[in-house]
Amino acid sequence: MLPIEDVVRLGFIGVSQGCAYGLIALGFVLIYKATEVVNFAHGEFMMFGGFAVLTFSEGFGLGFWPGLIVACLAMGTAGYLVDSLIMRRIIGQSQASIFILTVAFGFILRSAAGMIWGWSPLSLDTPFDGETTLAGVTLGTDRLAIIATTAVLCTALYMFFGRSRTGIAMQASSQNQLAAYYMGIPVRRLVSLVWAIAAIIATVAGAVMAPVTQLETNVGFIGIKALAGAIVGGFGSIPGTLLGCMLIGVIEPFADYFFPAIKGVSAYIVMLVVLFIRPEGLIVQTYRKKV
Amino acid sequence: MQTVFKTSYDQDINLLTKTGEYIRVSIVILMMLAAPLFVDVYYLGELGLLLVYVIAGIGLMILTGFTGQVSFGHAAFLGIGAYSHSILMTAGLPFPVSVVLTVALTGIIGMLLGRSASKMHGFYLAVATLAFLIIIETIIGEWTDMTGGYAGYAVPELEMFGFYFAEVWHQYYLYLGFALFVIWGAANLLRSPTGRSFLAVRDSELSARSLGINVEWIKIQSFGISAAITGLAGVLLAHYLAYLSPETFGVLESLKLLLMIVVGGLGSIAGAIFGAIFVSLLPVAISILRDFLPGVVGEQAGLEPMLFGLIIVIFVIFEPEGINGRWKKLLHFFETFPYYRKSSFVRQKSYLKTERMR
Repeated sequence: MLPIEDVVRLGFIGVSQGCAYGLIALGFVLIYKATEVVNFAHGEFMMFGGFAVLTFSEGFGLGFWPGLIVACLAMGTAGYLVDSLIMRRIIGQSQASIFILTVAFGFILRSAAGMIWGWSPLSLDTPFDGETTLAGVTLGTDRLAIIATTAVLCTALYMFFGRSRTGIAMQASSQNQLAAYYMGIPVRRLVSLVWAIAAIIATVAGAVMAPVTQLETNVGFIGIKALAGAIVGGFGSIPGTLLGCMLIGVIEPFADYFFPAIKGVSAYIVMLVVLFIRPEGLIVQTYRKKV
Repeated sequence: MQTVFKTSYDQDINLLTKTGEYIRVSIVILMMLAAPLFVDVYYLGELGLLLVYVIAGIGLMILTGFTGQVSFGHAAFLGIGAYSHSILMTAGLPFPVSVVLTVALTGIIGMLLGRSASKMHGFYLAVATLAFLIIIETIIGEWTDMTGGYAGYAVPELEMFGFYFAEVWHQYYLYLGFALFVIWGAANLLRSPTGRSFLAVRDSELSARSLGINVEWIKIQSFGISAAITGLAGVLLAHYLAYLSPETFGVLESLKLLLMIVVGGLGSIAGAIFGAIFVSLLPVAISILRDFLPGVVGEQAGLEPMLFGLIIVIFVIFEPEGINGRWKKLLHFFETFPYYRKSSFVRQKSYLKTERMR
């Protein structure tokens, strides 16, 4: 059996990893709720965002925080353009085409990143290096930063969607696009704005994940695990998504510890098991059509 | 323009209807049969690989193009087919028995996956199949006693009734035979009640259900048939590669299959064939392109995936019907020569189909 300190340490790594998945999954869920498109390139958005922060903060010498803000603005604009120039044109096509399109985006972004920043891992200087001792247990500051960022971003999004006019309009257009049009809500602009917000979240995620994962072109594959977490939680509701990601994040380090043969696969096994038992995830979001 | 004059009831379900189709199909088959006479050995091998991809593409097309279930995990069936066939052959079973057993095994695994997937929909299914693929890849990698793990597995020589398929053209004819059989079988399947139910389930599950189609069972059948055909492609791929390793059957291979049917044209057998040709020619075209591009761009390592991605984006946005759609338009242009109008193929306005209401 594990000593209690190791359990705490693994649990802590799990929680922070779960938060990281949740941070990425937020972007998936936002876009899905607005347009019913699953953006398989979201992990690559995160990777690209991380590199953008590196360029602005170190390449242009702006420092971490201003660099992060500039990178967020740049990636947000890019997200807005992706929707208004490309995704809007393919509404109504078969799902296979839309999936493969977003996957293709991922390919393009990954090779573009490799061409610009090279294929070997780079490191980003963040203010979160070092360790913090909390109640007698020593923890990595970078992992604490991930948890804190997730908490802050979730609160901010909750306030935004619950309180601000734009946020409520976004909710309305997600629930019923046609009715939203009739109410004079600029649905198209809002959808593009949701893509921008998702890209900004991805950038922040890329920046806080950088000390843990390094900046490299293959980091985007973490997006698939985040997607698995979101599906376990039932996709479509933000609390459900966070719950699912936490579950996967906490199970993963323990499973890797006890069954090293299946290292890295436990997230998918958990997802398949949950889907066998509850095909719609833990918190159901679909409604049966009544004729 | 040729008008088809109906003289019998069977004409509606004939595999080929117009004279032009008969001519084109026979020319293609004759050319494929005659290929070993005037094609270099290297290119003959490539042609064999193309046929393997045609089979795999038809396998995925039945599931994704005809039944509307997106699978990101079809390379897993390719892998299961390749490995189980090699293991059975090593155990001393003759080729035909091993092929039949492998196809049955992949079919059953496909049906089991379909059984659990028949309640899922849309991207849940896509991600579940992706997870299935990753798990299978890990199992193949870790089960060293059986599969040799990451060190690889040598495929036994292709031998049937004491005859060794040693020359490239022996194997080529074997592949051609299987490919023609699969194409003919898939075309036949599509005019049968089962195949028609596939299309009904794709177009609307709700209306299929109200017509008395057992939607779950149709999905399971579709998964089974699709997996079995892909498994057959895996068997042939094993003999082409001669040495298997788990990485061969990874996510990239799956995406290649999906790319093939999307670019070729979803929902048609010809689409799978066009897609296979496209996927086989693309690397050649890219390597030629590299020579023409200025040094800095041409030597970039990421050029190939980037072009892959760009081509998909261009196809999905501008020609969602794929190469097959473009081909049909071209044909229509010549058949109705002076009368072709741009509006003949104007896309219908389409709307978002919501998944939240089921």
